[in-house]
Amino acid sequence: MRVMVFVKATEDSEKGIRPTPETTKMFEAMGGFNEELRNAGVLLAGDGLKPSSQGKRIAFDGPGRTVIDGPFAETRELVAGFWLWEVKDMDEAVAWVKRCPNPMRGPSEIEIRPLYEMADLQEFLTPKAAEIHDRTRAKLRGA
Amino acid sequence: MSASEPHRAIEAIFRIERARLVAGLVRVVRDVDLAEELAQDALVIALSEWPRIGVPANPGAWLMTAAKRRAIDAIRRARMRERKHEEIAREMDGAFDGAEVIERAMDDDLGDELLGLIFTACHPILSADARAALTLRVIGGLTTDEIARAFLSSEATIAQRIVRAKKTIGKAGLSFEAPHGAERAARLPSVLEVIYLIFNEGYAATAGDDLVRPSLCLEAQRLGRMLAGLMPRDAEVFGLLALMEIQASRLMARIGPDGAFIPLTEQNRARWDQLLIRRGLDALARAEALEGDGPYALQAALAACHARARSPADTDWPRIAALYDRLRAVMPSPVVDLNRAVAYSMAFGPEAGLRLINEIADAAALRNYAPLPAARGDFLFRAGRPAEARSEFEAAAKLTRNARERAFLLARADACD
Repeated sequence: MRVMVFVKATEDSEKGIRPTPETTKMFEAMGGFNEELRNAGVLLAGDGLKPSSQGKRIAFDGPGRTVIDGPFAETRELVAGFWLWEVKDMDEAVAWVKRCPNPMRGPSEIEIRPLYEMADLQEFLTPKAAEIHDRTRAKLRGA
Repeated sequence: MSASEPHRAIEAIFRIERARLVAGLVRVVRDVDLAEELAQDALVIALSEWPRIGVPANPGAWLMTAAKRRAIDAIRRARMRERKHEEIAREMDGAFDGAEVIERAMDDDLGDELLGLIFTACHPILSADARAALTLRVIGGLTTDEIARAFLSSEATIAQRIVRAKKTIGKAGLSFEAPHGAERAARLPSVLEVIYLIFNEGYAATAGDDLVRPSLCLEAQRLGRMLAGLMPRDAEVFGLLALMEIQASRLMARIGPDGAFIPLTEQNRARWDQLLIRRGLDALARAEALEGDGPYALQAALAACHARARSPADTDWPRIAALYDRLRAVMPSPVVDLNRAVAYSMAFGPEAGLRLINEIADAAALRNYAPLPAARGDFLFRAGRPAEARSEFEAAAKLTRNARERAFLLARADACD
């Protein structure tokens, strides 16, 4: 199964990365962890995100689209980084997260969210997917 | 928190550590069975200790130490027995200290040990089937029951296959070390072959199959990614990884709602997994940067041509034809030649395909091979020779054992009027 793993932001991470010996050390530790993930065949993708001050939100309401500039207030709900992992189950994901070095200076959180898989969506997707598929097939035959 | 939760957490940690643990142990005890047993002992100890003392900061090292103590105990016990049997006063010199040897061996590079175990499980003295079963067992950590279900075999057969493989390894006195230089290059194909065999076993699974079967693809991809991490300089490792990632990207698109197989050119490309395609293309770029020109890198390059095309009409057939020219040089096979003929027909017209297919029509391997007349029928049809095309489609329909394919071929024959 695939899981998205979110490193939640802190007030500190929202200030951006500063080159301190502490940051360097954390980067080294995180690099080692990433290597371990890769060597175990677990890591599919991942990256760190810049502070929300550099982000934008687009608010939807019916036909309306309003752009809101960062920074955003609810710091603890913001994301500072993410991974996409392929694991056997949530237990394995938890075991991996537990061995992650502290991502932040102070207390912080990492959240694991399983992705919807095709099988979960099958009953929603099948009629439409079949329709698209049939259309593609029809086009191919005509071509 | 339920009572089983700490146990599940510990078992999850163990699963992550198991392969490295066994790899480290086998180097010392020189016996896959014993190494697995010691690793299992370490899990049992962890299950009783960790709920009390908490999960240690470095669980891998903790498990290794626990297993190591067991190994030392076992060696001491064995030595005691030996002494009694032999009645030799060799005990006086006490030259060999098993414990110290183990300490030293344990300090070796862990990655190298894992690689050593992979190369041992995939040693060419074992049959491909035995290699696959043993690799899934010791590296993938699958149970014999899971392996049996995955290979549509009985648990007894698989268990016996694994036991025999371990015995063969023991008798041959293999070193459990990762080979280097020319020997590594010579033995790498038997490792890659096994990973691809596991992948294809999963790829061949149908919608109704036990879920364990399709998960073999994931297992093989995991092994491929693992190997790429351990062997970052080997082009073919990345070639195989790229090939598997790109092929796996189509897993969801290749089976229709009715369970029928959908050929590549007719798949809904919106259902291709873009993440896996990107990973596959990255791995291929890596293989090409390492000047990979082996069978896996070339097959991955072929798969990439399809992955890059937004629609079948966008497919770069001249490039595919050129890749087949190179592939048949490193992997000569009548099937490759047949696919090459198809690529030529798409790139340069049906006459080009016919010319190539006539060169291989007599190959023994292609006798009674339905895709051969099917391809020739397609070329003839496109060349405006429907009567000849019809008899080729009919011949192909007679040869295939797949009912859906037969229906498809007969429909094409009917369309030749």
